[in-house]
Amino acid sequence: MSFYQIFIEPWERHASAYWPILAMAFFVTAACGLVGNYLVLRRISLVGDAISHSVLPGIAIAFILTGSRSEAPMFLGALVAGVITTLIIEVLHSRTRIKQDAAIGITFSTMFAIGVILISLHGSHTDLDLDCVLFGKLDFLSSKEKIIMGLPGVVITMGMVALIVGIMILLFYKELLVSSFDPNLAATIGISPRLVHYLLMCILSVVVVSAFTSVGAILVIAMLILPAATSYLLTDRLWVMMLFTLLHSFMSSISGVHLAVALKIPTAPATVVCGMMFFVTSWIFSPTHGLIRIWSRSRVSIKNECVN
Amino acid sequence: MSRIRTIIIFGVLILSVAVHEASAARIGEIVETDPWNQMKRFITLSDRGLRLSLIGALLFGAVCGLLGSFIVVRKMALFGDAISHAVLPGVALGFLWSMSKDPVAILIGATLAGLAGSLLVEAIKRTTRIKQDAALGIVLASFFAIGLCLIRIIQNNEGASKITGLKSYLFGDVAVLDRYDIMTMGVVVILTIILFGLLYRPFLAISFDRQFAVSIGFPVRILEALFQMFLAFAIVISLQAVGVVLVSAMLITPAATAYLLVDRMHRMLWIAMGVGMLSATVGVFLSFLGSNLPTGPFMVLSASSIFTMAYLFSPKYGRFTKWLRYRARVKKVREENSLKSIYHVLESKGLESSGNAILMKDLSSHRKMSKAETVKEIKGMKRSGLVKLEGQNVSLTAEGFNKARSVVRNHRLWELYLTNEANYASDHVHDDAEKVEHFLSEEDVAELESYLDYPREDPHGKPIPGRASV
Repeated sequence: MSFYQIFIEPWERHASAYWPILAMAFFVTAACGLVGNYLVLRRISLVGDAISHSVLPGIAIAFILTGSRSEAPMFLGALVAGVITTLIIEVLHSRTRIKQDAAIGITFSTMFAIGVILISLHGSHTDLDLDCVLFGKLDFLSSKEKIIMGLPGVVITMGMVALIVGIMILLFYKELLVSSFDPNLAATIGISPRLVHYLLMCILSVVVVSAFTSVGAILVIAMLILPAATSYLLTDRLWVMMLFTLLHSFMSSISGVHLAVALKIPTAPATVVCGMMFFVTSWIFSPTHGLIRIWSRSRVSIKNECVN
Repeated sequence: MSRIRTIIIFGVLILSVAVHEASAARIGEIVETDPWNQMKRFITLSDRGLRLSLIGALLFGAVCGLLGSFIVVRKMALFGDAISHAVLPGVALGFLWSMSKDPVAILIGATLAGLAGSLLVEAIKRTTRIKQDAALGIVLASFFAIGLCLIRIIQNNEGASKITGLKSYLFGDVAVLDRYDIMTMGVVVILTIILFGLLYRPFLAISFDRQFAVSIGFPVRILEALFQMFLAFAIVISLQAVGVVLVSAMLITPAATAYLLVDRMHRMLWIAMGVGMLSATVGVFLSFLGSNLPTGPFMVLSASSIFTMAYLFSPKYGRFTKWLRYRARVKKVREENSLKSIYHVLESKGLESSGNAILMKDLSSHRKMSKAETVKEIKGMKRSGLVKLEGQNVSLTAEGFNKARSVVRNHRLWELYLTNEANYASDHVHDDAEKVEHFLSEEDVAELESYLDYPREDPHGKPIPGRASV
């Protein structure tokens, strides 16, 4: 196969069908990635995982009650489920001898189990099934959706979410920065670290819930962490890290869609696999923190020691 | 060597049951789904397929409880979660190897994938500045995504019919377990029990005090590698029944339940294994009632329900039992304070003995409570047989009098101890004695008394009542 056949032809042939998927994939990974930066820096990455698992019963109940995938009830259900989960984790962790990791594990797996049972009891005659939980529905941006500006409505909504996340981060850039790196300093200069934490959690929940239908409950964690972890290895400045995150999201969604088309696999996992590739690349080749750099530096230092 | 004997007995039992059931053929798919019928069939165990599922559930429930206990005490719960997601590509590759559901190929593939996952977490942590949480997240999601892609590729190449066996690995379906699966499970469970039976102490040491284990010369790295390998084994044999997504819950929840119930590790292991087996069985039962329901979520839910029970009613750490204990203590302190008040009033009149009565209003003013409160309190104490109440006259029964005397005695002895031995000023000792008086045991008091050389008066010159005459 020639270069043309592998890389160009699929895009030429199916361009109109793939643009919305590509746009959706980018919006999801970008929104998740931006929030993910703060999760990685604050070392609370797995909170994203816990939230994405535990909102499932809320989403399922909202879906079963309304019978449609409209946003408002789903957000409400997810919010309630999320708050309940947080409370249970807090109670288990602070009132018993169970440690935090086990408390998180117990709570989110229970919520997730409830969600799966609800979905499978309700039968497969709806839009929401177990495949959706696993693979997401990136590939099925159905033609039922009304088209706005050449893109389906859900894509526009996700784009708005990504935009809002971007704006929020710009507005609270200083607060988030200070409280992520030095909560004590933040408290002294009058920024409440608790308040910022809750703000971040709110943004995170909104992102996770809106990403749910496109990437499923389990792969969200990859969208949150991979871009941030990759750019964390490339730079020491937060705003540069943000830009790298966007770049990573863009590249992984393009290559993900491409991989999905080439191998006829679901787009969400394909995007994650590509994102993983970029992570590994930067892990090995990063000019500042890459493996090659570390090895060469250690050899130089050994040499210096021998000379001395 | 009783440990080894236990292990051998266990092994033979498991093996014999597994072989016996596995050698019997399965009866076809379950068609009828009337809950009552299903319940009857479940309880009478008339269905061979069901019996097979139950044995599977018992086997993996036990091994999950065993390994989960170590995971919980080592605070590796989220590590277990990551590894259980990471085995998925190995399952797909094992499937690809023979293009059928060959349990051994899948076991090998999944174990390798699990180990690769834990190595990768370790490598990311060691060589970059990314911390454990993000490293776990990366491995968890990436491996899971690779697995999903592989499954879909297999599906594309082989058609959807081939994939049905693979689908159960995601959310679990205990009904697809066949005799080879059970045999594999049996072997793994026996190996695990032998390993942990023989190496119980080293594993205990690395779980609670790694430095100590290193210092007394245990091969810690080898032990940890072994532990991770058997963790991967346990996850893999549970996969078909619980599913990749929820397997970590079967590791964590039964062990956490046991952790709430007991303090000793070996008891925790037994209880965790029991809870694991119980919740797996209940899960099989619940999913058996309906048709086409995934097994994993039901198992997880039953484990969580048992956990909730332990959370509420655990004899030592339960919320409800703690609350009951607290209530009982509050009641005891209140009653003893009232008894003491009565004694003080009696004493002020020089009438210390069980028959004499005081007026309710004297008591309420001494106790600094309102009239209504005092009456309520005294009526409660009357029910406990501590006081007698005739109109407005309150008097102590013999039992009440003895109790009152011992509380006052405790109080005054403690005050004397603080002033004489701890050099407290005599006007600073009352508040402390006020708390301690309720919790001094008989032995403490006897020791205190002999230590103070059987005193007769407290620092304020009040007489210390003698030991209660029973």
